Amino acid sequence: MSMLRVKAIAKKEFIQVGRDPFSLLMAFLMPVMLLVIFGYAITLDVNNIRTVVYDQDKSAESRELISRFRDSGYFTIEAYLQDQRDIDRKLDSGEAFAAIWVPNDFSKKLQTRIDSPVQIILDGSDSNTATIAQGYILAITEQFNAKFGGVRVAPRVDARIRVWYNTELRSRNFIVPGLIAVIMSVIVALLTSLTIAREWERGTMEQLISTPVKTRELILGKLIPYFVIGLIDTLVAIGMSVFVFDVALRGSIVLLIALSSVFLFGSLSFGILISIVAKSQVLASQMAMIGTFLPAFLLSGFMFAISNMPKPLQVLTYAIPARYFVSIVKSIFLKGSTLALIGVEALLLVVYAVAVFVVANRKLVKRIM
Amino acid sequence: MNEPPAIAARGLTRTFGKTVALSGLDLGIRRGELYGLVGPDGAGKTTTMRILSGVMLPTSGDALVAAHSVVNEPERVKEKIGYMSQRFGLYEDLTVIENIHFYADLFEVPAKKRPPRIERLLGFSNLTPFKDRLAGNLSGGMKQKLGLACALIHTPEVLLLDEPTNGVDPVSRRDFWKILYDLLREKITIFLSTAYLDEAERCTRIGLIHAGRILLEDQPALLRRSLDMKMLEIRPDNIRRAAQVLEGVEGIAALSVYGDRIHVGLRKPDSFDAVSGALESHGIRIESIREIVPSLEDVFISRVGHE
Repeated sequence: MSMLRVKAIAKKEFIQVGRDPFSLLMAFLMPVMLLVIFGYAITLDVNNIRTVVYDQDKSAESRELISRFRDSGYFTIEAYLQDQRDIDRKLDSGEAFAAIWVPNDFSKKLQTRIDSPVQIILDGSDSNTATIAQGYILAITEQFNAKFGGVRVAPRVDARIRVWYNTELRSRNFIVPGLIAVIMSVIVALLTSLTIAREWERGTMEQLISTPVKTRELILGKLIPYFVIGLIDTLVAIGMSVFVFDVALRGSIVLLIALSSVFLFGSLSFGILISIVAKSQVLASQMAMIGTFLPAFLLSGFMFAISNMPKPLQVLTYAIPARYFVSIVKSIFLKGSTLALIGVEALLLVVYAVAVFVVANRKLVKRIM
Repeated sequence: MNEPPAIAARGLTRTFGKTVALSGLDLGIRRGELYGLVGPDGAGKTTTMRILSGVMLPTSGDALVAAHSVVNEPERVKEKIGYMSQRFGLYEDLTVIENIHFYADLFEVPAKKRPPRIERLLGFSNLTPFKDRLAGNLSGGMKQKLGLACALIHTPEVLLLDEPTNGVDPVSRRDFWKILYDLLREKITIFLSTAYLDEAERCTRIGLIHAGRILLEDQPALLRRSLDMKMLEIRPDNIRRAAQVLEGVEGIAALSVYGDRIHVGLRKPDSFDAVSGALESHGIRIESIREIVPSLEDVFISRVGHE
């Protein structure tokens, strides 16, 4: 292996990336954009549910109940309706997500200690929000019952829940670290998937393989610039997570960067492998999208919990390196995990990276077929 | 001289699926030769070039280039040769000097030897004023000269040039050939392919390739004389009628039309009269008729016609 040749190829790639605005955008702007879009837009938290109230009772008790909804912070009272038919209208038009209907005998029933029904209608077309809203509603009515409800004879289980690792249950806390993993696997694979295909397409490969350069020098030389870019992206993403999105990094940043490097190496090798196999830039970028973006996005557990997936898909996730890396990044960020706790995942990443690198070396042949 | 040949190919055959690009091509190129592989498009020129430079495997057969087998030791071959592919193979988004340094690195040219060598290469290719220009912004002729400079950076023993002057303007072509002659004086073996017959005339030896085989091979002057027929150049008043008439005349081995003239190859010297007689009997006036030295084109057309 000649370091001079590896250096020459790395330098050449650096110059080419630096002179190609598209590559530069992909390398540096896209990760930041993805982080901003996903960091801000994708939030699974439910706040400010638009609510309308149809209060037929208009008693002290009904007002108390409604104010509890309002004060919870989860519900925003948009309007007080005077007509039952307006409930349908508001829900149909989407102006309201929830409607609270207090019947006119609400306070009377409460006072006579009979179960006093209140109807709450939710827009189930967004089932995720509806489910979460349902939980809030139960909690609010429970508190209300404790004050106004009848004396209960039997002792109840008093569950006091404490949430660890993400105390505030902010979805951003688990999305942003996972996003770092997704961005890295996508960007670097997309960037590198073009490098060798481009040489074939432009006719520079024929000239290149007529020199004594060795395939491993070629691959290594091509990996280096993108490794540096990937590492910069990683640092930017970690920085943004901590300082822009306010996600505390509990674990070791050194460990995080070390394992990111391993993952980067694997992703880059995968991109190179695609590039070698595809031989055309269009095909290569499509293969990179399908081969990295979709699995990293959907099957890595970054947003959608793997345990909720159907069994066959769950099995499939084991074959996706992003899965291990997402879990590593989340653990280090949120749990402050040490290497001992994520050793298996880390080892699998190493195995993956080495395996793909070896396959890529085998696949690159210095011959025109 | 029992110096080993620069290139020795034996039975080179290459197929692409059902298409046969080369069928048993033999070559023997001595050191210091400027050999031209001449032939029409699709004859197998590029395939030959690629196999000899070690970037393509032959289906069967082998070739020794600079004493190394292209099948078994392609990487040793690559150290000894300079190859210029038909399509411009350098990086258009790199400058002239960046391309040269890149190839110097790939061939591990020692740092000490570089400055004088690069200066010389830039000098003879007249690229010195353009060394910081992006290769993509060079003219066709300058691109080819840059390609040549990159192929020469490691002072190869054998230079393989695949249609190096294709699409290059006449002035640049002349410059390019001047460089080749300079290189020849330095005892570099040059093996090039071309579709231009005027270029073939400038080679020390040429081989006509057709359908994947060498049909003829010799010095251009000897090849022209090798034609065992007498060539006549006829200028009739009605060229199309004349050509039609002559096709039916006994003893004519070759016939080709060049503008207002017809070249006719006669197998027997005495059929001279038959030609003029046939034309006159059809009422075609002969403005001039004379014997000429056959051109390479005449030679090739008569040979390819036989195949």
